[in-house]
Amino acid sequence: MASLQDKPAIRDHLREAAIVQSRLVMISFLVFLLAIILIARLAYLQINQYEKFSTLANENRVDTRPIAPVRGLIYDRDGDLLATNERAYNLEILPRKVKDMDALIASIQKLIELSEEDIAHFLKLVKYRPGFERQVLRANLSEFEAAKYSAHQHELEGSYLVAALQRRYPEGELMGHVLGYVGRINDRDVKRIDKQAYGGTHYIGKLGIEEQYEDILLGEVGSKDVETNAHGRPVKTLSRTLPKRGKSLYLSLDTPLQRKAVSLLEGVEGAVVALDPKTGEILAFVSAPGYDTNPFVNGISRANYAALRESDRRPLLNRALSGRYAPGSTVKGFMGLIAMKNGISPSETIFAPGFYRLPNSRHRYRCWKKAGHGKVDLHDAIVQSCDVYFYRNAKRLGIDRLHEGMTAFGFGQLTNIDIPNEPSGLMPSREWKKRTKGISWYPGETVITGIGQGFMLATPLQLAAVTALLANRGQPIVPHFLTAVQDSVNGDFVQIEYEIPKRPENISDAAYDEVINAMRDVVHGPRGTARRIGKGLEYQIAGKTGTAQVKSIPQGQKYDKENTPKKYRDHALFIGFAPVEDPKIAVAVIVEHGGGGSKVAAPIAKEVIDYYLVERLGLYVREPEETKPANSNAAL
Amino acid sequence: MQPYRRRFNFRFDMPLFLGLLVLCAASLLILYSAGGANADQITRQLVRIGGALTLMLLVAQISPATLARYSPIIYSLGLVLLFVVLAVGFIGKGAQRWIDLGIVRFQPSEIMKLAVPMMVAWAATRRFLPLPLWYIGVCFIIIAVPAALIGLQPDLGTALLVAFAGLVVIFLAGISWKFILAMLVLLSVSAPLVWQFVFQDYQRRRVLTLFDPWQDPLGAGYHTIQSMIAIGSGGQTGKGWLNGTQAQLDFIPERSTDFIFSVFGEEFGLLGFLVLLSIYLFLVFRGIMIAFYAQETYDRLLAGSVIMTFMFYVFVNIGMVSGILPVVGVPLPLVSYGGTSMVTLMIGFGILMSVQCEGRKLSRT
Repeated sequence: MASLQDKPAIRDHLREAAIVQSRLVMISFLVFLLAIILIARLAYLQINQYEKFSTLANENRVDTRPIAPVRGLIYDRDGDLLATNERAYNLEILPRKVKDMDALIASIQKLIELSEEDIAHFLKLVKYRPGFERQVLRANLSEFEAAKYSAHQHELEGSYLVAALQRRYPEGELMGHVLGYVGRINDRDVKRIDKQAYGGTHYIGKLGIEEQYEDILLGEVGSKDVETNAHGRPVKTLSRTLPKRGKSLYLSLDTPLQRKAVSLLEGVEGAVVALDPKTGEILAFVSAPGYDTNPFVNGISRANYAALRESDRRPLLNRALSGRYAPGSTVKGFMGLIAMKNGISPSETIFAPGFYRLPNSRHRYRCWKKAGHGKVDLHDAIVQSCDVYFYRNAKRLGIDRLHEGMTAFGFGQLTNIDIPNEPSGLMPSREWKKRTKGISWYPGETVITGIGQGFMLATPLQLAAVTALLANRGQPIVPHFLTAVQDSVNGDFVQIEYEIPKRPENISDAAYDEVINAMRDVVHGPRGTARRIGKGLEYQIAGKTGTAQVKSIPQGQKYDKENTPKKYRDHALFIGFAPVEDPKIAVAVIVEHGGGGSKVAAPIAKEVIDYYLVERLGLYVREPEETKPANSNAAL
Repeated sequence: MQPYRRRFNFRFDMPLFLGLLVLCAASLLILYSAGGANADQITRQLVRIGGALTLMLLVAQISPATLARYSPIIYSLGLVLLFVVLAVGFIGKGAQRWIDLGIVRFQPSEIMKLAVPMMVAWAATRRFLPLPLWYIGVCFIIIAVPAALIGLQPDLGTALLVAFAGLVVIFLAGISWKFILAMLVLLSVSAPLVWQFVFQDYQRRRVLTLFDPWQDPLGAGYHTIQSMIAIGSGGQTGKGWLNGTQAQLDFIPERSTDFIFSVFGEEFGLLGFLVLLSIYLFLVFRGIMIAFYAQETYDRLLAGSVIMTFMFYVFVNIGMVSGILPVVGVPLPLVSYGGTSMVTLMIGFGILMSVQCEGRKLSRT
């Protein structure tokens, strides 16, 4: 302060030097301080935080990308392919590289057909899965389209032609209802699947075998560690774990038999289920009309889907699996078994006029044969399909016994077949009616249950399963498609074992013999309702016709087939198995609105059985002309 | 006049020169890695280094007395150019830092990095030290005007460096501790008030992100975070030259220029940093020594400011890329790619050499 007051006239160099030099010393300390701060910071980052930042750097650098496994194949019982993976060309776009998406799509559209769905689906993918992944704009380009695109690729920056494997079903429509299909994973699928397992996979099994055995078919996802730069572009592959191919499935389906059954149902709506009664292996599983599942793989166009959905013939409905029909007279054999189980002698005869009346009621439960069958026992009643006999039996047994007995055979129960969405049929009971309709059971309902009408509903699959039980004289089976699984890596086969269900109790072998004999005479007896199909066979079929009423006919009126609109016409049914002594095949046939079971359904069943036993198994040798087989030798 | 004074006396300082060469060599080495082995870039940088070193040696031949004499002129010229830049910017409706002379473009703000300490030193030597309080106010104005003009460009980093260079001169000139204390108190009182009442919400947020990059890891904080990851993952000995994944895979932004130290830290680790810091400290202490032994007050003030600004560059840049300072565009001196700052810095070292020789010469007489 003193220095300010007495201003020196002459510059004091030493004093100024001392001031500046002392400040320079202070600054030297500041330099040290700054250096120490930096050293401390760097040491903190590079020693204390090394682990953390090292990990972060690696996370930055290494991107683990899934490698999708190849889906398992599906074969029929002969080892012919039913579902395979074929090389297909997809047009994919890397959104990051595209400056003007609309312009790009427009110029691609000039070369290749793009549906509105393609574009909408693509834009949705781009919106919800941003980043560096390529998205499919159009799947499955034809060779021609691929070539056309390739010629112009240099003008279409950001788009790529990518070869990928795509599911294909060589038999198309033939196996559609059985196999289901794989389709693009949608929003609903995303919620339930393990995202890790589906990394890189764009498809998932929908319906049928593809859905049922998704876990086996999918395979195990592989992965690769890719070094990526800050823009997400892969620089090099560091390591990879190969994916494991999905396992292959061997199904019990007999493709030629399936084809035969489809041809027999040509032009009608209906179902055929054929299985091996001993094992439960399903040989044919037809729902007519069918539909080709191939277009579903990459998303069927809206118009084509609408056409399928809105068709009067309802091709998307799997009638064999989920069509529920009144089983009609096909239940009579089973009703007979219940009667015998409950102590009614098969030889007991009744007089059957053309109708049945409950005591104190004027309502007439009519027989299909207006004149009546006269004096009949159980055998006659099954052979001639006498309704009155079974009306009376049902009344005597009561609904509780019917329900208990039929349920034990599998009516109203799931068969546990190995494709999803199987509905149970319906075997009504007092309890069921109270629960669902809120009113008590009427005696009249018992009466018509006796001939498989009323509330009772069964699917063709169920009918085939109970027919197999009958063929096995009481041993039920679990109907199934899958027989073996083949490991994709070592080729090992694993045979699938199915549980053997419990037999219904208290039914004697004699009772089964009685019913089976009667059912044989349905086909081979002189008065059998299906006697027309039994002619000229080297073996015997046991069967039962059925005609399920769709619309009830008012009292006093007559069913007039010609004048009834088709949608009210009766369903034609037939169940049967052959050969009687050593059953190889059990069949259930339903032709919707086909009319009488004997006229429409039985011939189809016979053709299926015959084709299988003669053409497929070669059990019987036929002369080249189909006309004269009377005395040919039965092989085996 | 004694005869030997007429002889041409080549002003040169071997320690500084060697230190600079080592630093430039290090720069080329790390630039090769940061630029993705771009030989073109290396050649260009090499040419710049050559040019800047030549310029340094030329400037070294100018005596400090001459520099002092021209200080006001250089400063005024710089001010005019700053106004021009600002005016062009207004007319062109855009931020403007450059003046394009056809052959070279240069930033007037760069001139100010040297012109401001020169001017303040010149002004300080108009009076005897220690300076009276009102005169310090004059010095503040000398600093504040160009700093404000640069800040308006807006180029906060350079404005800060220019202001720092001037303030160092005032500090060296012996500004009283009471005054410094008073300023600090004023600052610490006003800062919370400004924060509370002047700043808008969004401004507060922006400042917070500036200091805490993790608040916005994909936006404003991205650069700092990636840089910290690079440095941290380098560990004690680094990943090796050309092996830094953060650097080579493009995660570090501006990795040839402002963020070049991230590459260095990743590839050479703590050990490499200590070596680099040693080179810097060697240059800095050599510079402080030159200032210390200078003969004239102007020489001491200017040399001290130049070398301290150099240290400040190092600190701000490494502090910024290692996440303790907000990101302001300050390059790592003589290592970052780019010519402008290198030229300015080399001219600064030229001044140091000139001062060193002046001191040696005078002490010899």
